[in-house]
Amino acid sequence: MSELNKAMVNKYRNDFLKEVEANVEEGDWVKMCMQCGVCSGSCPFGPYWEHPPQEIFMMIRAGKRDDVLKSESMWMCTSCYNCIVRCPRELPITHIMHGLANYAHRLGIAPKMNPTRRFAKLFWKNITKGGRVNELKLSIGLYFMDGFSNGIKKGLEMLPVGLGMVKTGRLNPFALLGGGKCKGAGDIHKMLKKAQEIENRRKGFAS
Amino acid sequence: MADIKIGAYVCKGCGLGERLDIAQLVTVAKREGKAQVAREHDFLCNGAGVAMIREDIEKEGINHVVIAACSRRAKTDAFGFDNVAISRANLREGVIWVQPDTEQTKEITQEMAADYVRMGCAEAGRMQVAVTNPAHGSNKRILVVGGGISGMTSAVEAAKAGYEVLLVEKSGVLGGWVGRLYRRMPSHEPYSDPMETGVPELAKAIESNKRIKVYLNSVISRTSGAPGQFSVDISKESGGTTTENVGAVIMASGFEPYDLNKLPELGGGKSPDVVDQAGLEALARTASGGAIKRPSDGKEVKSVAFVQCAGQRDDSGKHLAYCSGHCCNTSIKQAMYFKDANPGVDTVVIYTDLRTPGNGEDFYRSAQRKGVIFTKGKVSEVVPGTDLQVKFKDLILNEDAVAKADLVVLATGMVANSGVDIDAAGGAPNVEGQPEAAAGNGKQVSVLNLTYRQGKDLPLLKHGFNDSHFICFPYETRRTGIYSCGPVRRPMDAQQAIEDATGAALKAIQAAENAALGRAAHPRSGDLSYPAFRREGCTQCKRCTVECPFGAIDEDEQRYPQFNESRCRRCGTCMGACPVRVISFENYSVDTVGYQIKAVDVPDQFSEKPRILVLACENDAYPALDMAAMNKIQYSAFARVVPVRCLGSVNTIWINDALTAGYDGVILMGCQKGENYQCHFVKGSEMAHYRMSKIDDTLKGMSLEVERVRTCEVAITDIQRAPSIINEMAETIQKIGLSPMKF
Repeated sequence: MSELNKAMVNKYRNDFLKEVEANVEEGDWVKMCMQCGVCSGSCPFGPYWEHPPQEIFMMIRAGKRDDVLKSESMWMCTSCYNCIVRCPRELPITHIMHGLANYAHRLGIAPKMNPTRRFAKLFWKNITKGGRVNELKLSIGLYFMDGFSNGIKKGLEMLPVGLGMVKTGRLNPFALLGGGKCKGAGDIHKMLKKAQEIENRRKGFAS
Repeated sequence: MADIKIGAYVCKGCGLGERLDIAQLVTVAKREGKAQVAREHDFLCNGAGVAMIREDIEKEGINHVVIAACSRRAKTDAFGFDNVAISRANLREGVIWVQPDTEQTKEITQEMAADYVRMGCAEAGRMQVAVTNPAHGSNKRILVVGGGISGMTSAVEAAKAGYEVLLVEKSGVLGGWVGRLYRRMPSHEPYSDPMETGVPELAKAIESNKRIKVYLNSVISRTSGAPGQFSVDISKESGGTTTENVGAVIMASGFEPYDLNKLPELGGGKSPDVVDQAGLEALARTASGGAIKRPSDGKEVKSVAFVQCAGQRDDSGKHLAYCSGHCCNTSIKQAMYFKDANPGVDTVVIYTDLRTPGNGEDFYRSAQRKGVIFTKGKVSEVVPGTDLQVKFKDLILNEDAVAKADLVVLATGMVANSGVDIDAAGGAPNVEGQPEAAAGNGKQVSVLNLTYRQGKDLPLLKHGFNDSHFICFPYETRRTGIYSCGPVRRPMDAQQAIEDATGAALKAIQAAENAALGRAAHPRSGDLSYPAFRREGCTQCKRCTVECPFGAIDEDEQRYPQFNESRCRRCGTCMGACPVRVISFENYSVDTVGYQIKAVDVPDQFSEKPRILVLACENDAYPALDMAAMNKIQYSAFARVVPVRCLGSVNTIWINDALTAGYDGVILMGCQKGENYQCHFVKGSEMAHYRMSKIDDTLKGMSLEVERVRTCEVAITDIQRAPSIINEMAETIQKIGLSPMKF
């Protein structure tokens, strides 16, 4: 158990809803769910979720902290916003799903091998480095996420697409060596650091 | 009205003149209808036409008028003449609008019209001018039984309208259950917080109102009479009885909460910390805005669970089968008591379906905002102890769960204080020890103590509530001049009860005013006719007294029926019931319809012109046929439609007469009967169906096919179906052949 997770467990003990309200983005909306199930019915991935949004909200109220935070469900959200549009109680469901995923990740209890989480990490690392996405590095990183031989296989599979993109000037093969950074990337690092500090302070996370 | 002078007037307007041979109809009225005066007019309902009729009434002494024009439902203002009997021959909706305009059909269309003119004249000849019932009372005082929010509101509203009110309350204080609440649900924007009950102010307003006389600690020990002339005994708990006369009665006797002790599995009676909603109100009043303490050890409540539908919506037959409507909002309100005093208190409402009618949805949202947790689940057990355990099945997560709580509140619902179930007691009066209502709270005590032959209290509709129809005729009970309102009528919250009480007050005023003029109450409001019976012909069979849906008929000392005309709604069910046909109204009797049936010209067996008699209820079936006509939906030209006040007024002699006169088919069109009845007179259609179920033997006795008589339920919206029923009968007759009974 991570230190942060331990601290949160002690702080809220049985009251998971209060924890969500305090720490999860848009978490104070969770109590407003009236369990109609429109979100779950509207979700294009609905049938593939272990716990659709309606159930997640119920589980939060029932205090099922581990089941919620360790779930793969909210990582399934593709941000199509169908649920937000349809929710009769106007809950920002998409945002709450991302908020939950983010919170679980911060606590260090999100499912380690969840592909969405891993890609998100990759993306974050990539974009924060130079303030701009290095697409070539991101794609290659994605291919090699599941090991070296898998990476080679996927790379070869995508080779014709890659070459086509190079030909039409959509892909710069030299980006592999770096470059494409924005001006003043160092300042972006400073901004992000400051933002992180503010968030930690506000949510009471030890930085 | 010894001399009957019939004036028949045939209209040529609305296309009647083009389609029909009006001169022939005038001749029919004169020769066959025995009309002293018969005239035609180009446009009968205009000023000149009406003036012509008026002139005849004044100069020629015409006292029975036959209007052969449009349906009796049209132009009632133009053709409303005082002190004359009016009969209407329906040539427009009944003939030309339902028949094709072709050369081939001209003959049978004309025959149809001529028959309606004959029928109109025959009816007029047997009618009398309806005059006011001489035995009517003119008391306009309103008696309100019950001093809860409904009764108090009724009293105040009736007093505001200028009527004297007697308010009788069983207990020592006004207010009832709402008076015992800490706060009530909000009745206005923003519907977010519980509000003051307003009961002390209302009670003060009543005490200072000169028009309202309040009897506390009193019950009604006897009610007799009729609208406009009720006599009631008001007995004080301490002894002593006052007799008062009133014009109408409002029964607002309210409800009792369903007995907690009947729910031991939910901890009812097992732990002092399991209370019902009324119990929680008492705790909240004690706390008065502070922390609510639990009954067992006085510990401040830190967590509370509300169990919805406790002993309600139960399909096992053990508890209440219905939803009481207010409990979801009430639990939300009570959860707010805790949250408002201390947001740290855990409040969970365990529900299967949260029903927050009206603006309750905003109230629900407000509770969620305050942090009340709502869990969809079915509670199976409440385990008593210092920490109460509420075991339930979570219906969203589909798993068994346990909620711990310091206090459990059961939403047990409402049981109507509707008095004794007169039907369960076999309708017999003065039965000692009434049987227990199936799911009620046990022994029922009569509220009104009516001296009616039919029983001491109002008849019940469903689940012990004493309405007569929840949707169509709210407040109207089956005892004329007695109106029920509030939770004795159907489960409801305080706001609904207030609206209900206002409605019932107006209904009671209407009843008293109508009674003072000797007129009928709803639904034949304003009708001056009333039933009379020929004593020497009566066999004392008592069918009329039993079958009257409104308990209007008692028995006198000699066991003859005793009509209380002011209680009568003029449906004629007694007339239909009477085997010796001694009951009649001035303008509606066995003869007025019987002679219409006989007036129809029945062609012989070889003419291929059958005759179908349609007896149609004037409330639904007849308007449906009228509307079919407006839509030009055609039906058989062999049908002759006679409107009846209610199918219950159909005397089987009419069927007999029709069949022996050579009619080939008879159709009875009444309203929907049974549990979801739509009959304006509650039981009329049902009685007719029951009586007609025995007609088959009569038909077989006459060696006629049973298909020749059909009884059906027709709604006012059946404008396609009603004509098709007639056409089906015409086809059936074609198949089985014409009746051999023609002479």
